[in-house]
Amino acid sequence: MSDVQNLSLIKSIKNRKSRTPYLLLIPGIGWLFFFFLFPLSTLLATSLQKPAGASPDDGFLPAFKVSNYSLALVEYYPQFIRAFTYSAIATIVCLLLAYPIAYYMAFRARKYRNLMLVLIVAPFFASFLLRTNAWKTILSGDGFVVTFLNSINLLPQGRILNTSIAVIAGLVYNFLPFMILPLYTSLEKIDSRLIEAAGDLYSPPSQSFWKVVWPLSLPGVVSGTLLTFIPASGDYINAELLGSINNKMIGNVIQSQFIDLRDYPTASALSFTFMAVILVMIYLYIRRAGTENLV
Amino acid sequence: MNTVIKIIREKTLQVFSVLILFYLMLPLLVIILLSFNKPKGRQNTSWNEFSLDAWTNICRDQTICRSFSTSIQIGLLVTIIATILGTMISFALIRHRYKGRGTTSLFVFLPLATPEVILGASLLALFLNIFIPLGFWTILLAQITFTISFVVVVVNARLAGMDPRLEQAAMDLYATPFQTFRLVTLPIALPGILAAALLSFSLSFDDFIVTSFNSGRIVTFPIYIWGAAQRGIPPQVNVIATIMFVGSLLLVLLASLISKSRKAKV
Repeated sequence: MSDVQNLSLIKSIKNRKSRTPYLLLIPGIGWLFFFFLFPLSTLLATSLQKPAGASPDDGFLPAFKVSNYSLALVEYYPQFIRAFTYSAIATIVCLLLAYPIAYYMAFRARKYRNLMLVLIVAPFFASFLLRTNAWKTILSGDGFVVTFLNSINLLPQGRILNTSIAVIAGLVYNFLPFMILPLYTSLEKIDSRLIEAAGDLYSPPSQSFWKVVWPLSLPGVVSGTLLTFIPASGDYINAELLGSINNKMIGNVIQSQFIDLRDYPTASALSFTFMAVILVMIYLYIRRAGTENLV
Repeated sequence: MNTVIKIIREKTLQVFSVLILFYLMLPLLVIILLSFNKPKGRQNTSWNEFSLDAWTNICRDQTICRSFSTSIQIGLLVTIIATILGTMISFALIRHRYKGRGTTSLFVFLPLATPEVILGASLLALFLNIFIPLGFWTILLAQITFTISFVVVVVNARLAGMDPRLEQAAMDLYATPFQTFRLVTLPIALPGILAAALLSFSLSFDDFIVTSFNSGRIVTFPIYIWGAAQRGIPPQVNVIATIMFVGSLLLVLLASLISKSRKAKV
C-alpha cells in the first residue's frame, strides 16, 4: 500500500472516530434524558401545582405554589430526620461489618475467595421483600434471638420487631453486600508486598493498617458508603415490614402521599426536597473525600 | 507471645467472616425451610408441620404464577434493551476521547445517586401529566431507566482493564474496523456484558419500589408478595423463591466450571 493510501486510511479512521462516540451515546443518553431528567422536571412542576377542587379526583392545575414546600416540610420534617439518621447508622454499621470480611477475602481467603463472593451475592437471587419478611420470623417474640437477648436483659422494650432497632437492622442486612463488594474491589488491588514492607520497617500491624491499607482502600469506602446510604435513606420497605407507625421514614411518606392519598403536589415537593438534600450531601462528601472516579 | 497474638487475630478475622456469611444466608435458610411448611393459619411465619403441598401444587393460586410470568417477561425485555443501551454508552465512555465526556459520565452516574422512590415518583408524575395509562409498558420504561446506569458501571469495569494495543494490532494487520470489533473487542468485552445482563435481569425481576409507582393494575411477582405480606404469604411464594435462588446458584456454578475448563484448554 502506498503512503498516500495509508494516509487516507488513517484519516478515514480518525474521521470515523470523531463521530462514533456520539452515535453510540445517542440512544442511551437520549433515553435517560426523556425518562430520567425530563420526569424530574415534571416532578418540579407538579410540586408547585394547586388543587383544582376539594378532592384529589378533581386534579391539579399548573401554578407556582411555593407554600407546598413549606407546608410539607413543617409536617414531615421528623420523617426526613429519621430517614437520614437511620440510614447514617446503618451505613456505619455496614462499614464496620463489611471491612473485616472484605479484608479477609482480599488478603487471606485464597481458594475460598470465589465461593465467598458467590455467597455474598447469592441473597440477591431471592426476593428482597421475602428476605425482609423472613426477618420477621427470625426476630419474632418467641424466636431464639429475642428470647436470648431478653434473658440477658439487653432489650429495653422486650422486643425487636416494631422498633427502630428492627428497621435499622433490616437496612443493614439489605445493603451490606453493596458495602462489601466495592470495599473488596479496592482492597484486592492493594499490593500485599506494601504491607510486608511496612512490617519489615518495624511498623506495628495497627500502624501499617492505618498508614497503608486504609488510605489505599478509601475509594472503596467512598463508593460503598454512597451505595449503602443513598438507597437506605429512600427505602420504605424495611420501615413498613419491620417497624411500627413511629418508625416511618420519608420514603413511606412519599409513597403514601403519591399512591394512597394522591396528593401529588405535596408528594412531589417532598421528593424534590429529598433529591436536592441527597445531591448536596453527595457533592460535599465526594469533595471532602477527593474521589472523582465513581463510575 | 507475638505469634500467639497474631494467631488469635487471624482466627478472629476468620470466625468473624464466617459469621457475616451466616448472617447473610440466614433469611434464605428461613425462606427455604418455610417452603416445606404447612402453615397453621394464613401467616407462614413459624414452623408448624412438614408438608410438600406447596411444592407439588405451585400454581394453586393462579395469581402467583401469572405474576411470576409477568415478571419474567418484563425482566427479559428490560435485560435486552438496557444491556444494549448501556453497553453502547460504556464503549463511548471508555474507548473514545470526545468533547463532553466528563458530563456524560456524570449524567450516567446521576440515576445511581437517585433514591428509587424519587425515580418512581418522577416517572409517575410524568405519566400522570401527559395522561399515559399505567401498566406493562410504563413498568418496562421505568425499569430500563434505572438499569442502564448499572450496565454502564459493570461493562466499564471490564473495558477499562482491556489493553487498547490489541485493537491497534488488529488494525495494523489490516482488519477493518468492523472485523476488529467483532473479532477482538467484542470477545474481550463479552464477560462484562453478560455479567451486566445478569445484573439487569435480577434488578428488574426483584424491583418493587420503582415498579409499584408505575404498575397500574399489572401485578409483578414482588407486587404480589407485597400485597400478600399483610394477609399472609403462601408457601408457594417460598417455593418459587427457592427455585430461583438454587437455579441461579447452579447457573453461576456452571459458568465458573465452563470458564475453568476453557482456561485448562488454553
